[in-house]
Amino acid sequence: MALLEVRNLSKNFGGLAAVSEFDLDVEEGEIRGIIGPNGAGKTTLFNVISGTLRPSGGSINFEGQSIAGKRPSAIAAMGAVRTFQRTALFEDFDTMGNVSIARHLHAKETIFGAILGTARKMELANERRAEEIIEFIGLGEVKHELAINLSHGHQRALNVAMALAAEPRLLMLDEPVAGMNPGETAVMTDIIRNLRKDWGITVILVEHDMRTVMDVCEQITVINFGRKLAEGTPDEIVSNDDVIEAYLGSEDILGEDF
Amino acid sequence: MAVITVLAVLCVIPFHMGLSRVDTATVFFISVILAVSYRLITTTGDWGFAHIIFQGVGAYAAALLGKHAGIPFIVMVPLAGLVTALVGAIVMYPMLRTKGFGFFITSFAFGELIRMIWVKVKDPFGGVGGIINIPMPELFGLKLFSLVNYYFACMVFMVVSVFIMWRIDRSRIANAWKAIHTDDMLAECMGVNVARYRTLAFTVGCFFAGIAGALVAYRLGSIDPHNFNINEMVYLVIWVVIGGAATFWGPLIGVTLLTVVFELSRELEEWRPMMFGGILIMFLIFLPGGIESLLPALRRPPSEHYARFRKWLTTLRPG
Repeated sequence: MALLEVRNLSKNFGGLAAVSEFDLDVEEGEIRGIIGPNGAGKTTLFNVISGTLRPSGGSINFEGQSIAGKRPSAIAAMGAVRTFQRTALFEDFDTMGNVSIARHLHAKETIFGAILGTARKMELANERRAEEIIEFIGLGEVKHELAINLSHGHQRALNVAMALAAEPRLLMLDEPVAGMNPGETAVMTDIIRNLRKDWGITVILVEHDMRTVMDVCEQITVINFGRKLAEGTPDEIVSNDDVIEAYLGSEDILGEDF
Repeated sequence: MAVITVLAVLCVIPFHMGLSRVDTATVFFISVILAVSYRLITTTGDWGFAHIIFQGVGAYAAALLGKHAGIPFIVMVPLAGLVTALVGAIVMYPMLRTKGFGFFITSFAFGELIRMIWVKVKDPFGGVGGIINIPMPELFGLKLFSLVNYYFACMVFMVVSVFIMWRIDRSRIANAWKAIHTDDMLAECMGVNVARYRTLAFTVGCFFAGIAGALVAYRLGSIDPHNFNINEMVYLVIWVVIGGAATFWGPLIGVTLLTVVFELSRELEEWRPMMFGGILIMFLIFLPGGIESLLPALRRPPSEHYARFRKWLTTLRPG
């Protein structure tokens, strides 16, 4: 049984079918890339799987349990956590604070515990884990910087650190290298590889940057007009005629215009 | 240390001032509970406009239960808080669908609905006349009718309430509330059940509003819907805006300062609304973070102030 099983998934906005009849199987330990031209429905697919949007039809199973239509917080609690395409941070908090808030699921505190201050031990364990994650992502030097003052690359890395803090089994990254320079991209690519190697986390990657996708993913799913166009290894994808026509071809045409 | 000094002063002053001043100070304590609890709700970004109404819910609960069920003062005050928290949780359920300006307006509408119930439903709320003959509060045989005694009772409730809210403000729960304020979608995806946490903040805030309400009911001996009208709500917002809502201490500063201004302007009665409106506008333009936003400046060493001043001077030079 696959870790994530999506069957016949659809999402309509009024008359527009952003995602339709979509099937996806992601095995445990995989790094899966999802690519497609602008407006193909990649982010919508993400939003539906992570619970940010309700599906119009179909089923989504995570570890054999249905997560279709659940709250994002409930899905996160089951172990499927997403990041955002935009840089989403708690700006008033420092790096440590952001990661600490993202540990919410593993640091439950009741209102009476808060008043009596009984959670100190849990908070210490929590802090240690947060520091571990920050070191892993390479944010140790900016641990006490306010999130809003970090560089773009650090902010994007912090997004991933926060998602990790929720201790996911499945991590869904929405364009993690968007707007990054080549150096920052290389760092992020390494982090994604290490996620699986060191922590055994399954990753789904929605990405525009073809090189990154070809670099880190063994399996790639191509989506166009909300439907699955092709699926396979990077080599199969680059030689697939449908894909070249729908995706790479259109970019070539654009290239001529410029 | 500063807190102990303030408390010591508060313990001594009622014996050295006139009774009307003692009463003013009692009202001040109740206002502190109200302002701090209002700010607690706003940490999630939910700026409501019905907090005074929830104070009223607590006041009505204390008046009715204290009068008809004979529940003693010491039990009744927290009980009024619980009743208000329950009403708050129920009202919050539909309001969860709104946020920002929508929340502001919806809370105002729900507040007016509750006020209309007090006005229209004569039994048991007494209509426009309200409820009279609320029993005199008594504590272990001590008559709290005495203003000085009641001053101390309110002071104890204020100190305990503020302490509890301060503890909550420093907890992980308050961080989750602030996270919701910054980005509710991100908070939700990081595992914070936004609906549950907003309801929690609203319920806790209402609990303390209810306590403030019960203290008002016992102080006045009779209450009616006018005690909880929109004027009072506007003053509450002014306290919190002028003090600042970003830190725990902002509303405390705001309510303290404005109580003093309010008392000093007693002779300018009819000018007060205009004056407070003017103060509010001035703050929104020149100090939108409230007085608390000046506090970090106080901690800066004088040399840094001088450097800033020099830098500021250079901006004045033409060219």
